[in-house]
Amino acid sequence: MRVALFITCFNDTLFPETGKATVALLERLGCEVEFRAEQTCCGQMHGNSGYEAGPLVERFARVFAGAEVVVSPSASCVGFVRERMGDGPPVYELSEFLVDVLGVEDVGASFPHRVTLHPTCHSLRALRVGDRPQRLLHAVRGIDLVELGDARECCGFGGTFAVKNADTSMAMLGDKLRHVLDTRAEVCTAVDTSCLMHIGGALKRQRAGVRVMHVAEILAARE
Amino acid sequence: MSFPAAAKRSLGDAQLRRNLGKATTAIRAKRAGVVAELDDWEALRDAGAAIKARAMATLPEQLERLEASVTRAGGVVHWARDGAEANAIVAGITRDHGAREVIKVKSLATDEIGLNEALAARGIAAIETDLAELIVQLGHDEPSHILVPAIHRNRAEIAALFERTIAAGQRLGLEPASIAEAARRHLRDKFLSVGVAVSGANFGVAETGSVCVVESEGNGRMCTTLPRVLITLMGLEKVLPEWRDLEVMLQLLPRSSTAERMNPYTSIWTGVRAGDGPQEFHLVLLDGGRTDVLADAIGRQALHCIRCSACLNVCPVYSRVGGHAYESVYPGPIGAILTPQLRGLDSAPTLPWASSLCGACYEVCPVKIDIPTVLVHLRGRVVREARSRWSPERLAMDALARVFGSRAAYERAQRLARAGNGPLGSLPGPLSGWTAMRELPDVPEQSFRDWWAARDAGATA
Repeated sequence: MRVALFITCFNDTLFPETGKATVALLERLGCEVEFRAEQTCCGQMHGNSGYEAGPLVERFARVFAGAEVVVSPSASCVGFVRERMGDGPPVYELSEFLVDVLGVEDVGASFPHRVTLHPTCHSLRALRVGDRPQRLLHAVRGIDLVELGDARECCGFGGTFAVKNADTSMAMLGDKLRHVLDTRAEVCTAVDTSCLMHIGGALKRQRAGVRVMHVAEILAARE
Repeated sequence: MSFPAAAKRSLGDAQLRRNLGKATTAIRAKRAGVVAELDDWEALRDAGAAIKARAMATLPEQLERLEASVTRAGGVVHWARDGAEANAIVAGITRDHGAREVIKVKSLATDEIGLNEALAARGIAAIETDLAELIVQLGHDEPSHILVPAIHRNRAEIAALFERTIAAGQRLGLEPASIAEAARRHLRDKFLSVGVAVSGANFGVAETGSVCVVESEGNGRMCTTLPRVLITLMGLEKVLPEWRDLEVMLQLLPRSSTAERMNPYTSIWTGVRAGDGPQEFHLVLLDGGRTDVLADAIGRQALHCIRCSACLNVCPVYSRVGGHAYESVYPGPIGAILTPQLRGLDSAPTLPWASSLCGACYEVCPVKIDIPTVLVHLRGRVVREARSRWSPERLAMDALARVFGSRAAYERAQRLARAGNGPLGSLPGPLSGWTAMRELPDVPEQSFRDWWAARDAGATA
């Protein structure tokens, strides 16, 4: 299957490892990956902040016109595009694509580490991915997947919320960190890099010795 | 005060955080339990949403039906354009009966229009009879939750307050029964002696002219049955077209609000009846900005709210900052979309941003108000209507829109970001708010697209 990768401006600029892992994973599963270099931002930041996002959504639709499927390692961007774009190719978040379209749960990964998953708000409540990320992670060889306390609670990122309401965001993040540390996991993972930048930025500040990785990076691992 | 500033103040109160966290966690779990008992919960939510949508789409007709039905049943209907008019109507009726005191059923609408203060200014004392409202009133405090107005107070704080006021000179201890007993003695005297009561309304049925009040304590029932005169203040949006609509609402409301299968007291009355209950009934219908809200095609769903407060209890923002930070009788997610619309965007311009858009509120709303969508819509209205064209944020967002508008501009901005400059160099925004608790990610040497281009070149070389 030919897959058009929507990397997202955020991963493209700040977290290229997520993109590389997504490509490695999809190619290993037999997909032909194309990257349309005209892509920039889907408009989510503008749309959610009250600014005009129409032209960026239209631009997205033009860039991906004619694609068989679009796949992206970001639940929140996929949620936005799905809500705002009219006609166009189907757009899948990575875990949805793997489980629903490719029909795989065991992607042949191996990652012998203690891991906890933060189920992100937009993956749960906008896309309703359910337990697809957990099912994919469970099948990873050697993984010690531990449940996160109050997992469904927002981490406090929320885009510009993290800056505009920094104090409230930090109070939410504080509770999320406590639950992450309680798991004694080495890695906190999620299907959205934006939440991970927020959680990971605080773990790093605390010198907590816990790293964050996108689910794609774990699914691509052959350790 | 802006929401971020008010929230910061609340976040510093460790006792408040503890009281709120404990209360909201407990009610969340209970609600989830009683909702899970119903196989048709989602169908009930759809029905609730449809009933409210119909009521709002036919509002003028429903209100006229309600007026006719109430009048036919012996009640008197008054129309109030705003809070000042409503306050004057209630004060006038009270004065006509020579009363210096009124007893009150818990009512958000009367809090919204400042009825107690307006009556006090005219020499009439309003006595709150809902236990939590009484706690708030005695403490000269503000309610902090739609359903549990004193959620920010714990048992020890309430006992101490009563010992200073209605139970002066007594030692109440920390047993809930003895604290409640002090309130009971105080209120019983008022129920039996005051001749005028003021209530709110959960629902007003256009078909029959019946008014419905839902409560837990029975104090509301005392108010609506014992005094000779009953005055009900009802927001226009509380009208339900048909009697049968209550069947849906009375299933949705208690499970969503107090996590009960059925609330202990449901009072429904239709006009007056000789020799039984109040002999005079007045229904005051309050607009108070509601028809303006109705004119906004996306924002109007805020009027569907049945005041259950499920959205408050699940909200990660509310459950940490509490109700006072919203500076409105309507706190939490529903308050963040209702207050700016009722009062005008200018008076609450930061409330639409008081959310991480996590969607937990929409998931539990019994009438399916899409709060995140309305929040985003109101953000847009604030940006377009209330904010200067030259605000720093607008200039930055316009610059970013241009960057994202073309591949060349975007790739140039990525290169600048690597050197810590340009419109992408300062993501994720003004630094102080971010770096107080978190490290910023380093901008990597190679973007994904550069890696892809290099890999592509390698493959074709």
